[in-house]
Amino acid sequence: MEDFSTLIGGIAGDGINEAGLTIGHLFSRLGYRIYMYYDYPSLIRGGHNFSLIRAAGNKIGTHKEKVDVLIALNQETLEKHRERLKDKSFVIYDADKVKPKESKSNGCGLSVSQILKEEGAIPIMKNSCILGGFCRVVGIEWPVIEEVMKKHIPNKLELNLKVARRGYDSAVEFCRMEKLDQESLPIMTGNEAVGVGLIKAGLKAYVAYPMTPSSSLLAFMAQSAPDFGLKVIHPENEIAVMLMAQGFAYAGIKAAVGTSGGGFCLMTEGLSLAGQAEMPVVILMAQRVGPSTGLPTYTAQGDLHFILNAGQGEFPRFVAAPGDAEEACYWSGTALNMAWKFQVPAFILTDKSVSENVYSLEISASEVKAEAPLLWDAQGKYSRYKYSETGVSPLAYPSRKGQVIKANGYGHDEYGITTEDPKIAVQMADKRLLKGQALAKEMGNYETVKVYGKSGGKAALLCWGSNKGVCIEAGEQFGLKTVQVVVLSPFPAERVKESLKDAERVVAVEGNSTAQLARLAGFYGIHVDEKILKYDGRPFSLDDLVSEIGRVLA
Amino acid sequence: MNPKDLGTYAKNTWCPGCGNFSILNAMKAVLAELDEEGFPIEKVVLVSGIGCHGKIVDYLNVNSFYSIHGRTLPVAMAIKLANPELKVICFSGDGDCLAEGLDHLIFAAKRNLDITLVLHDNRVYGLTTGQYTPTSPQGFKGKSTPLGSAELPMNPPELMLVSGASYIARGYSHGIEFLQKLFKEAILHKGFSFMEVLQVCMTYNNLYESYNKRVYEVKDNDTSSFDEAMRIIRSWSYDGPEAPIPLGKFYQVDAPRFDQIFPGFELKDLGEADRETEIRKVLEKSI
Repeated sequence: MEDFSTLIGGIAGDGINEAGLTIGHLFSRLGYRIYMYYDYPSLIRGGHNFSLIRAAGNKIGTHKEKVDVLIALNQETLEKHRERLKDKSFVIYDADKVKPKESKSNGCGLSVSQILKEEGAIPIMKNSCILGGFCRVVGIEWPVIEEVMKKHIPNKLELNLKVARRGYDSAVEFCRMEKLDQESLPIMTGNEAVGVGLIKAGLKAYVAYPMTPSSSLLAFMAQSAPDFGLKVIHPENEIAVMLMAQGFAYAGIKAAVGTSGGGFCLMTEGLSLAGQAEMPVVILMAQRVGPSTGLPTYTAQGDLHFILNAGQGEFPRFVAAPGDAEEACYWSGTALNMAWKFQVPAFILTDKSVSENVYSLEISASEVKAEAPLLWDAQGKYSRYKYSETGVSPLAYPSRKGQVIKANGYGHDEYGITTEDPKIAVQMADKRLLKGQALAKEMGNYETVKVYGKSGGKAALLCWGSNKGVCIEAGEQFGLKTVQVVVLSPFPAERVKESLKDAERVVAVEGNSTAQLARLAGFYGIHVDEKILKYDGRPFSLDDLVSEIGRVLA
Repeated sequence: MNPKDLGTYAKNTWCPGCGNFSILNAMKAVLAELDEEGFPIEKVVLVSGIGCHGKIVDYLNVNSFYSIHGRTLPVAMAIKLANPELKVICFSGDGDCLAEGLDHLIFAAKRNLDITLVLHDNRVYGLTTGQYTPTSPQGFKGKSTPLGSAELPMNPPELMLVSGASYIARGYSHGIEFLQKLFKEAILHKGFSFMEVLQVCMTYNNLYESYNKRVYEVKDNDTSSFDEAMRIIRSWSYDGPEAPIPLGKFYQVDAPRFDQIFPGFELKDLGEADRETEIRKVLEKSI
């Protein structure tokens, strides 16, 4: 089967994310491309968590409603996801906790508690038992699971393997997932891919205060710190985070920060400082459902206009919204390069889906290299804010003998001394505008708008961020093209117009209630005919979007 | 180096008689002296917040980052972490770091990073033309509290002592040589040094007369004793007209610093090839 969906569900604390990831690794070993959607409420123990792992021959970025195998670690999982079962689906369950009632599906119960007891294993090892059983059910050979467990569950390996083998031997084969004739790819969350991209482009410091769904980047950076020589700091709050990043920038250290909406609210005064003081800083802004605390662990695209307009005063900014892990890696590295090239704040605007879901990543598709910023040539007297054709002033960092480097968040002259002189105020404002124009020109060399599928169809789907995957796949079913706007500032209006010009109707697909991209496009005279909006905190499944497109086109 | 060479072309806009002039002149003298003694001026970075105090960075021809209200310390800490060779000196006001940026002040003391904070404590908001601050006495009649402020004042050195600052001193803008001595000590101290200056605002809170009657220099105190420092610090609570006001060094200890403790904090400069090798390892782990 070249398109296979598995759901594993249980309570928080069951290790559902890790178990889902292991299933991803198993399929990835066989050459499949992976997408995993992880759904969890905001609590530490209890509640219902599930991972939906889809494996396919081609790269994918969305899930389907129905599943081929349902793994229920508790009764609730079975009840909540019963409707996902097809006539031929298979259910694997913990026979000590789950009492299956349906006759519709095949299934097998594993006496997990019994096996753990007999093997003297601890409760969390039930996942090994279940995964062993799962491999048998989907026809994955024992050596594959052995290899995956050795690599990804190295703790108490022997006992885990024993327990897995018991699960494997107790289960029955339901289907046979054949090995595909293609290379196994790494599987990563979008946040991890952001980390890889930033490091590739020369990041030296990461500063963040934990906030879902950005926290896993802080964890990734903290773990990576020794190998990459990174300074990773978790300070008192997001205000300090944003200001520390600028202290690093002043001293010549490439830094990034990460947060979600509420934390970003606290960063906005510092963002405006970065605009005025011309400090390069990269911000991962991982959206979740607002306003306020909202639905902390659920996805949304509600902060686009906030990010485009945050901070008092007028200053240029770079905003890119990657649609999967490969783009997250590439555009994060690019964001770091742009921040330093133009001395502006640069955003990586993700959402919970891109940040925390898992994708197959082909690094050759994400190649990005560190680019050198414009450095001072050491001639004459240094002026931090020297006027230039592009508005970009050469950088120097302390200490430089005989030179003084003055950064300033007040209105200032070229040297960096405070002034409220009206002429200089205009010159400096124009300098900032020039940088924005230079950045827009630079973006001419980048694929800021991506087009997929057939052109000349009845309609085109217009999307951004995590809806890329689902739009491409749903679009294909209807023979529609998908236009993904990756760079949202500077807005590539001409390219978006060009990409949409042959479409009779434009359908915006967004994860918010007010169609924020459609509104932005409208500002540039781009008309959107229909809007398909989802704002329940859950990503579109392929089935959701297919049915919505059907309704809109009817 | 002549301290006069440390000036800039910026026009000084402090009111005549402002206590900030003493801080400026004392700092010029100390920085020039340190330069003569082998600590080059280009290795000094000044960071200021917003308020009358903040203008000091415009008046000193030294590397600087003119930050925003209350946000000197996070910038300063990052500069120090980025380049440990630099001497980083923050200037902050009582509204700046005791109200708007209090969280950063407590954390700076807690981290005990090797930077210096000079608190220009004039006990009034000057630039916004006269409101009470965290160190104004109870009953202070300002533009936001015409009937008198209801709050008791904060005792900043006390707060710093319990938060982990490893150097705490108080100076007074009347008495520049004494200020110089303390500034130099504070800057040379290894760890977070908190240097409060009772800086008189001539326009909105002229306390010269009151201070002149009450200040005295503490001598022969055991600066390594937390309890003795606490006793001296608490002997004046920023309230009431009578208590004598101690000046001088209250506390100085050698305590572990954030940058010494933080594991793996040495900045490793990987070349592109090494970086790519390490990235391949990360990717390999994810297969």
